[in-house]
Amino acid sequence: MSEPVSALQGAIFEGLVKVEEAGPCGMITLRGDLASTQVKTAATGVAGVDFPGQGEANCAGDKGLCWMSPDEILVLCPYDQAGAGVAAIDKLLAGTHYLATNVSDARARFVVSGLDAREVLAKLTPADMSPAGFAPGRFRRTRLAQVPAAFWMRDEHMFEVICFRSVAQYVFDILTAAATPGSEVGFF
Amino acid sequence: MLILHCPYCGVDADETELSPGGEAHLKRAGPGTPDDAFERYLFHRENPKGVHFERWRHASGCGKWFHAARCTVTMEVFGTYPAQVTEPPQEICDRITGKRPGWSWGAFS
Ligand SMILES: [Zn+2]
Repeated sequence: MSEPVSALQGAIFEGLVKVEEAGPCGMITLRGDLASTQVKTAATGVAGVDFPGQGEANCAGDKGLCWMSPDEILVLCPYDQAGAGVAAIDKLLAGTHYLATNVSDARARFVVSGLDAREVLAKLTPADMSPAGFAPGRFRRTRLAQVPAAFWMRDEHMFEVICFRSVAQYVFDILTAAATPGSEVGFF
Repeated sequence: MLILHCPYCGVDADETELSPGGEAHLKRAGPGTPDDAFERYLFHRENPKGVHFERWRHASGCGKWFHAARCTVTMEVFGTYPAQVTEPPQEICDRITGKRPGWSWGAFS
C-alpha cells in the first residue's frame, strides 16, 4: 500500500484567516435516486450521520454527507475507510441503478478559519455569503474565481472547501490572496 | 447580471455560475425529413424582442440543465422550470400572460 499524499501536503497560510490544506480525506461519490430508502441507507451506513436535505451538509468529526444534486451525494469518511465504504455501498445496492466511486484522490480539501472566513470566501464566489444566506448546515456548490468548488461550514468561523486536485494550488493561491492582511472589507 | 433560480438545487445562481444552452424546446428534424425542415431545425432560431425561452445549465453548481423564460428587453425572469418537458408549463405561460398580454413565441402563446 502506497503512502497517500495530498495535493499540497498540508500547506498553511496565516493572514486575515488561516488557510490550511487539510490532508488526505476520504470522499465517495454516490449517484442514484436520493429519494430511494436503499440509497439513503447505503449513504448513512457509511457516514453514520442523518441524510441531509437539499443543499445541506451533515458532518460529524471526519464523517459526513453533502447534498450535491438531486441524484448525487458526497460521502465523507477517513481516507483509509473510503475503499471499504464503497464496498459496503456496492454490497447494499447490488442490482439497483446507482454508481459509487472512491474520489478521495481526485479532490483537495481546505479548511478556512477565522473571524473573516465569510468575507474571504465572498471575495471569490458569487454565492450569497451573508449570515442569512449561508449558515452552518448548508452546503454550496459554486465556483471560486475561475474554478468549480464546494464548501460548507463547521461552525460560524470555519469553512471546509473542496475542489478538484488539479486546481488545488490555484485555489490555495486565490484563498491566500483574498486573505492578505490589510485587504479587509468588513462587509459582514 | 442575470440571476436564475435553479429548479434542481434551489439556488439562485448568477450568470457566472451558469452556462447558456441556446434556444429552448427545439424539436429535432431527424433522418428522412425534407431539407427545408432540417434547415429550420439546424439554423433558424427565435430572436425576439421580449418574451424568450432558453436552456441553461447550472455548470458551477449541481450540473443540471433547466429552462428559463425571460424578457430580452428588460431582463425580467418570468420563471425557470425543469428540463424534462417539451413545452413551457401552463403556470409559466400564465405568469407571462399576466405581464405581457398577447405574447407569442414559436408555437406557444
Ligand atoms: Zn442547480
